[in-house]
Amino acid sequence: MTTKKDTKRHDGRKANDLRPMEAKLGVVPNASGSAMFKIGKTIAVAAVRGPRKLHPKFLQDPERGKLRCFYNMVSFSGSGDRVRPGPSRRTKEINLVMENALAPTLNLDNYPGCGIDVYVNLIQTDAGTRCAAITAAAMALAEAGFEMKDMVAAVAAGSVNGQVVADLDKTEEDVEDAVDIPIAMMPNENKITLLQLDGKIKKEALKEAIELAKDACKQINEVQRKAIVEKYEVK
Amino acid sequence: MGELFVKERQIVVPGDVLATGMDYLPAGGAYRDKEDVRSSVLGILGINGRVLRVIPLKSHYKPRPGDMVIAKISEMTNSVWFAELDSFRDGVLSLREVPEYVGDGDDLSQYYNFGDHVLAKIINVGRTNVGLTLKGPGLRKLHGGRLITINAAKVPRVIGKQGSMIGTIKDKTGCRMIVGQNGLVWIQGAPQHELVAIEAIKLIDEKGHLQGLTEVVGEFIDKKMKNVKVADSEEKAHVPVEKVSEPEEEKPKKKAVGNKNKKTVTRGKKK
Repeated sequence: MTTKKDTKRHDGRKANDLRPMEAKLGVVPNASGSAMFKIGKTIAVAAVRGPRKLHPKFLQDPERGKLRCFYNMVSFSGSGDRVRPGPSRRTKEINLVMENALAPTLNLDNYPGCGIDVYVNLIQTDAGTRCAAITAAAMALAEAGFEMKDMVAAVAAGSVNGQVVADLDKTEEDVEDAVDIPIAMMPNENKITLLQLDGKIKKEALKEAIELAKDACKQINEVQRKAIVEKYEVK
Repeated sequence: MGELFVKERQIVVPGDVLATGMDYLPAGGAYRDKEDVRSSVLGILGINGRVLRVIPLKSHYKPRPGDMVIAKISEMTNSVWFAELDSFRDGVLSLREVPEYVGDGDDLSQYYNFGDHVLAKIINVGRTNVGLTLKGPGLRKLHGGRLITINAAKVPRVIGKQGSMIGTIKDKTGCRMIVGQNGLVWIQGAPQHELVAIEAIKLIDEKGHLQGLTEVVGEFIDKKMKNVKVADSEEKAHVPVEKVSEPEEEKPKKKAVGNKNKKTVTRGKKK
């Protein structure tokens, strides 16, 4: 475990290094679009359904479509005890932030009265799950043929033992006084769509973390792009 | 001066910067953001002079007036039928828009029942519903045959340039086919031949983004039809195979296809 500033992290990464990433498109044949995104030990599988008529009917908006996200950690996903799957206060929050992170890219006015459902299952988790979920969901939406202004890539940045780092894993997140800031952004538009922070961090450190995350998101976007192009490219 | 970053027929991802500068113009699937032209959909790039267009690999059917669609009757009231378009919006078929005379107080299900498929035309697209009509040449209830669903983005590929692809499939399998703009395809013919046609259409749905698909599909059907010949009566399978053996003459074939399409429509009219 690192204790001093500017030393290597516990897994040998530098401050701005990401965990190894992998992405694949079209992993759920029945969905109109689907994707898998893996970063380190965290694996997210996203599947998109719709646009379809939204039920129950009172949720329908006659003016525009509604994006709904369903985040779920499967029971065996954690490192220790069984994770209780299904809705909880935490998943509710994540569903909301995912919707808010993805909605700016979509043109929901095209789908009045409809629901677009994004189901994300985390089959293995090692911190940074909501970021992996957003990254996978963006790929799945692209595959499903939605008009999108831009892709969305997400990563966590934060400070561990006073050192600002990108892409925290579970060990780092559990360090005392560690601050974890999930950040999602549209890499080409250069706009941030999600920024969550709970904990204490200095202004300078926050700025540094956001810069780290911006660079990281661009790297992640490259992985997304490569995976999407790979599926359809003529060999 | 503007700069182009992409090549013709390249796969582009939403957000990709296609070109920069005002020299290039965005068309369907692309948009302008200040100086940049960006892609807004996953698809294949088409460059036409200064115009950049992205042809989507997948899309959701958006009803447009004038489209011929295959719809499924899903609900009815005293005066209208509701039909599913396999889109995110429903179609409405009112009494006035069917060719039959519907008497006062008649049970609508005796004309068009739940689950019936109809070839209909979209007459108007409102905010919530889509108006359909069955009055017009070829519009009717579909009896028998098989239906498959393909992605709406692949409909132009299934039809092909001037109907070349659908003509090939029709010629070689001897099936009657109707392609709805909403991605539903109706096929009717000898059962074995129907299956071949379905496989061919699925092939197009899967590999629709590749070039030179008409030839591939033609060969694919030939191969499949040979197997069918053994099972089916010999004469039936002989006819389409003979037709195939003259692929050199491109233009006359296309014309023949056009005629064939017209024939199908008139056949429907009589019914």
